[in-house]
Amino acid sequence: MLDTTRTVETPEGVELGLRLAGPAVRAYAWAIDLAIRIGAYVVMAIPLAFFGEVGVGVLLVLVFLLEWFYPVYFEVNRLGATPGKRLLGIRVLHDDGTPVSWGSSMVRNLVRFADLLPALYGFGLASMLIHPDFKRLGDLAAGTLVVHRVDQGLPASIPEAPPRPPGAVLTLPEQRAILEFAERQTTWSAQRSAELATLARPLTGLTGYSGHAALLGIANWLVGRR
Amino acid sequence: MNREAFERQYQADWQRLGELLDHLEKVKKSDRRPLGGRGGILSDDFPELYRRVCLHLALVRSRLYGTDLEQRLNSLVLRGHHQLYRRSGPTWAQVADFFVAGFPRLVRREARLVVVSFALLFGPLLAMIAVVARQPELVYSVIEPEAAAEYQTMYDPAASKERESQTDFYMFGFYVYHNVSIAFQTFAGGMLFAVGSIVYLVLNGVMIGTVAGHMVNVGNSATFFPFVVGHGSLELVAIVLAGASGLKLGLALAAPGRRGRRAALVAAGRQSIRMVYGIFGMLVLAAFVEAFWSSSTVFPSAVKYVAGAAGWAAVAAYFTLAGRDGRAA
Repeated sequence: MLDTTRTVETPEGVELGLRLAGPAVRAYAWAIDLAIRIGAYVVMAIPLAFFGEVGVGVLLVLVFLLEWFYPVYFEVNRLGATPGKRLLGIRVLHDDGTPVSWGSSMVRNLVRFADLLPALYGFGLASMLIHPDFKRLGDLAAGTLVVHRVDQGLPASIPEAPPRPPGAVLTLPEQRAILEFAERQTTWSAQRSAELATLARPLTGLTGYSGHAALLGIANWLVGRR
Repeated sequence: MNREAFERQYQADWQRLGELLDHLEKVKKSDRRPLGGRGGILSDDFPELYRRVCLHLALVRSRLYGTDLEQRLNSLVLRGHHQLYRRSGPTWAQVADFFVAGFPRLVRREARLVVVSFALLFGPLLAMIAVVARQPELVYSVIEPEAAAEYQTMYDPAASKERESQTDFYMFGFYVYHNVSIAFQTFAGGMLFAVGSIVYLVLNGVMIGTVAGHMVNVGNSATFFPFVVGHGSLELVAIVLAGASGLKLGLALAAPGRRGRRAALVAAGRQSIRMVYGIFGMLVLAAFVEAFWSSSTVFPSAVKYVAGAAGWAAVAAYFTLAGRDGRAA
């Protein structure tokens, strides 16, 4: 498994896999959120300009609220994702996989001030690159993670082939390897598939393209098409 | 059992769980009721169904049925986990209780850090006032001549007139934005092993002390002090408390005690953030006072001094007496 997956054990005793989001995705999400906020300021400033100084005062309060509490509101009420994060398919969770709470969201967003130092998220970026879970200083203080939403894996399809029994008892990892070989056919060229199938010669007794066909047959048999 | 038979047998369970989760995720927060109460939104079969799908996920993993099936079940289990194990936010009653009793108790519990923070702010502040009184030229080592001149004209007695209420509102917005940002920065600076908070406190103390001393030197004290004394109690104490919460974070990093650094930091963060809620309230109030009361020339200075003293007394009384009713903290 890729090492950007973090496993969390639930009270039911099963392990949840969380795919951590790295600095690049989070930076894009931040840029999108910044653009949204600037757009909101411009939209708010136009009607408020008619109210003179009272309007400017109201605008300042609104800018303040939006700067500090825009991420907090979305993280707590909208499934842990600001609009920028939702567009890129990432969200904020606690370390144990539960949705982020008010206190934690406030901590991680206030400590953003420390992440901004010395310039443009210097400390935050350094922290994300050093920490194994891609946490910035705000995440460290609040005990939160940013993970990708994975709703559905790509459906695996094994190409049809005449099923053929393996001819030997295969352990579970060996069966899994043959099935993954069959599932990934579309990602390799034909020559590459044949080259890989040659590695299974002790099992199939064949090499090259005939070995490849034999392995596909075994895969079909393992999956249950007999 | 091979994979396709497994899928055929349990497909119905997974689809039902998916439908239940889709429905639950659409329910508004206000319609939620605690699990177990009558009329709760979770259907009766949800917990058992969720546990069964957890078992299926474990089986898929151990039997190596395939990463796509594993991912699908993993995402179902994660969504179910979120529905069952969320932490609820505070009620309005809890918020009120915090401001009436919780916040002063929290401050008293962190009394040592508050005292240190107080010294870090007021030490340089008073020192600078004394230093600038003896050597007025030192003002220009701290603030630039243009800034000093600006302060001078701001508080010039000859130029004082009643500010329009429009400007008052603008200043309220400005003070909220400016002061709360300073407080949040002081708090966040604690992450840098408390050095950030210490630096912010000392710098702010030096700045305020220098400006105050300069005002006395150029003879603006009759306008300056009545202005600041009204909201000074709220604002300065709020900065002190922000420094104390930052120090708490830094201390958790530097001296975690019996816990690991990570756990100590998360625990300290959870406590400190509660103090930040109180600080935010104080600063909004201070901005209100500063914008609408402090600069008004309707009231003579004597009234402003009395109000200022009353403000300090009220703040002191709030933090030392409020919340002391014998109940365990």
